This record gives sequence, structure tokens and C-alpha cells, in this order.
Amino acid sequence: MTAQDFTPDEMMAIAASRALSNTDVCFVGIGPPSAACNIARLTHAPDITLIYESGTIGTAPDILPLSIGDGELCDTALTTVSVTEMFRYWLQGGKITVGFLGAAQIDRFANINTTVVGDYDHPKVRLPGGGGAPEISSSSQETYITMKQSKRGFVEKLDFFTSFGHGEGGDHRTRMGITTKGPTLLITDLAIWKPDPVTKELTVVSLHPGTTKERVQQTVSWAVRFSDDLQETPVPTEEELSVLRALKARTAAAHAGNRVETA
Amino acid sequence: MAEFLSLKDAVKKHLKSGDTAAFEGFTHLIPHAAAHEVIRQGIDELTVIRMTPDLIYDQLIGMGLVRKLIFSYAGNPGVGLLRRVRDSIENGWPRPIEIEEHSHAALANAYEAGAAGLPCAVFRGYMGTELQRVNPNIKKINCPFTGEELAAVPSIRPDVAFIHALKADRKGNVLIEGIVGVQKEAVLAATHSIVTVEEVVDELDTHMNACILPHWTVSAICEVRGGAHPSYAQGYYGRDNKTYIDWDPIAADRERFQAWMEEHVLKQGPEVFADRIKGLEVTP
Repeated sequence: MTAQDFTPDEMMAIAASRALSNTDVCFVGIGPPSAACNIARLTHAPDITLIYESGTIGTAPDILPLSIGDGELCDTALTTVSVTEMFRYWLQGGKITVGFLGAAQIDRFANINTTVVGDYDHPKVRLPGGGGAPEISSSSQETYITMKQSKRGFVEKLDFFTSFGHGEGGDHRTRMGITTKGPTLLITDLAIWKPDPVTKELTVVSLHPGTTKERVQQTVSWAVRFSDDLQETPVPTEEELSVLRALKARTAAAHAGNRVETA
Repeated sequence: MAEFLSLKDAVKKHLKSGDTAAFEGFTHLIPHAAAHEVIRQGIDELTVIRMTPDLIYDQLIGMGLVRKLIFSYAGNPGVGLLRRVRDSIENGWPRPIEIEEHSHAALANAYEAGAAGLPCAVFRGYMGTELQRVNPNIKKINCPFTGEELAAVPSIRPDVAFIHALKADRKGNVLIEGIVGVQKEAVLAATHSIVTVEEVVDELDTHMNACILPHWTVSAICEVRGGAHPSYAQGYYGRDNKTYIDWDPIAADRERFQAWMEEHVLKQGPEVFADRIKGLEVTP
């Protein structure tokens, strides 16, 4: 297997899936996090508990849901609770080991914006908003973030603080009265990042195969810190790639139209 | 006490211009037919509440019927942004709307507080987020026992709640199954409620802990087969994901949107929904 055999998007999903363990109870965001979580379930973590904010607990979808509340999630779940109960008992109650989020904008301390581009009252682009993310960020025992790198997304200063990561760095979370760990891992299409243990600034700890430090810096608006012990992310295994591609193919077929033509 | 009405009569009777209305449904069981009836009757100056405003709020807002939107995630899930909502917020077309923005946890708690008859909801949230800067309805409160700082938001008490459910019996008891969202809370929190159902049956034929709204909690029941389309009804028909994907380019263009609304909403009635689910039915 060589670096030409997979795309950066596939590497991102697979690297993200590896971060999850069989005993995790994971609150799954839609989009890239959902792909990563289901690859984990279909490869090395068959007993992982996947939870979507629509109330489905222990779900095992055969295709990736288009929304967080597709019927596939409910059909395959251990149980489905009300959305109120989901946020009160299961998330706020501290039952979630990992919250897995995507984002539109991120800064060097892993704070997230999914609300607006530009000024809040006169936005250039009105994004969907926080949804579950503000409380997933504070109530999950830790959070992982996955998103593609671009200068537009990796910004010096967020246009809006939707979800608190490490604030201004250091012990800012603790000073805010937040007792959970916050973002501990960022997986992109180019690299794996972890917050510095003291400053909490995101630091590149592993480059994906074929990526360079220069390429990483070109897609980030701040001066990137690289670990002294920089690793290379192991290439996807054949099993990981085939599971991901089969999942994507099933999903594409299902979303193209599930209507049965009747005479 | 539940009254069996046509959707047209139920909307006419219970919703008036200037009301606060919640059309709930968390991806599942979204009351599309009811929202289309409101659009046909042109009931305007509405304050609309929903955790996940999607196509129907894009349509209500695009048709100029909404004064204020209270929400926590305004997107077409898995597809992208809501073009009509964006046009209203970014450009004031067809009219500017006021927004009150929350997180999901806040609105879920606010519905529960409304159902529980409380004036506000208290929860651990909004820590370090900027939403509290732009939304004066997000406050902090200290626990009187431990001193812990918590978030507080006003409870939701809509004038009218609209939901779509699977079935009702002939007395008007309503069954919701699958992803139940916040529909029970929305109905119990509201002054009036209009429930569209897939079918009216002799017996609900359910289990002892099922999510049931007793007939005396519901104002009106309207039988509208397919009334959630392109959302879905567990055990009846699947989500029409293609229609959600196809909505994006329609909503992206003002004239195309208006033409679509004219053809598919204004000139139609609730009975068209039964046709729209053909081929999507779940075979038992």
C-alpha cells in the first residue's frame, strides 16, 4: 500500500476512527464525525456505544444518516429517548465519554464557530448555529474534533465563539468552572493535532503520509506548532479502506433516492 | 378535549395572526402538511419556535409570514444552509426577521419547563459561549444549595403547538413512536395543539410505556396521510432524502422558490400528501 492509494478525506475519516475505543460512549455529530464513528464500529470497536442527539442510544446504522434523526438510527438503536432526556440525563448527566464534533471555524485553542461568518447582527454568511455543540463541548468527558484544513476554517480569530474549547489557553476552562477535559484531539485531512499539556495550544503530533509541514502551514492562518516528536500517521489498512468505501457506497445509493417506482 | 376537524378548519380555529407557534419534530414526524395549511391561510406576524427549523420554516419565512424565529439549529440537515432563512437574516428579504438563538440543550430544557408549568428552565450550559452576549434571554443563576453557577432560559409556552403523530384512536388519544423529539413537551406546554396523524384507528394497539398524548391534552386531530413528507413516519414511510437534497437549489433562488410554493403549496390541499409518499412506504 502506498500513499497514492487513498484520498486525504479517507485518511481523515480513518485516522479519526482509530481514536475511538470499544468501551467509548460517543455523542456523534453529523457529517465527518458520523463517518469516523461508524468506521470504528465496523472495524476495531464493534461494541462502541454511538449516541445521536435525536435520542438514539447504541445505534448501528448500515448507512450513514443524512440527518441526525434518520429512521435508520432509531431502527438499529438499543433504545430511543426523548430529546429532552438526551440532553438532560445522558449528556448533562456525564454519561458521555467522547463528544465528536465538526466545525466551520476553529482557532489555535480549539474553540469552535458554527454560527456566523462576519458580524452577528449583519452576517456575511449565516451558518446553522450551535445545535448540540455548546453543551457537548462542556458536558462530554472529552471532545474530539474533525474537519478539513483551510485558511478560511483555521483562523487567527473566530468570528463567533459558539463552543468553548480551551478559551485563551492554559487553565481557562478550569477558571470558567468547566470540569471536563474539553478538546483533546483534532483530526484533519493532513494531520493529527493535540493540545499542548500546559498552554493548550493545538500542536501537530502526526503528519498523514505524503503531507509536509509546509503544506500544513499553508492551510492554517496562525503560526503552526509542531511536536518535537513528530510522527507519521500509519497508512489506512486494506480493511479500513474497504469498510469506509463500502459504507460510502451504501450511503450514496440510499441518499440518491429510496422511492420505489410503482406502476 | 380532542376535536376531529379538517386541517383547514383546525388551523382556522386555533391559530391567529401574531401568535407564537411551535411546529415540532426532530427530523422525524415534521408537520409539513400543517405548515403548508398555515401558509395557504396566510396567517402572518408569527413568532415561530423550533429546535431544528428546516424546510417548513424556510418556507414560512420565505413567504413573509414570520416576525420572529426562536431556534437552536437552522440548517437543512446533511445538505447545508437554509437559503430562505439566510436571505431574510442577511438581506431582509422578503422582510427582516428578529431572531432569538439558543443551543439544543437550552430549548429542550425550555420545552420541558413549559410542560412542567415552570417560568424558566435551569441547566448546566452556555459555559464560555458567545450566545449569551447576543441573546438577553440567556441568564445565569446560582444554585441556592451549592452556589454552582447555572444557565437559565425562559420556558416555552406557545399559543399553538403543531405536531404530526402516527395514529389516534377514535377518542383522540395520540401515539408517537420512534424518535419522539420534544413533541410531547411541546403539546403539554401549549395553550392549543393541532395534531395531524397518519390514520385514525379503533385501537392504538401499543405497549404500556408508549409515548401517548391523552385526548384531553389535544385541541384538534386531523387525519392527513403522509402529512410529514418529506420527513418520515416510523413504520409508515421512510425519509425522502432526495427531496431534502433537491430543496437546496429551489430555495437558493427567490423566483424559483415562489414558483415552487405556488405550484406545490398554494394550489394544493392536504390530500396531496398521500400521493407524495407513494413508493416510500415501509413494507411490514
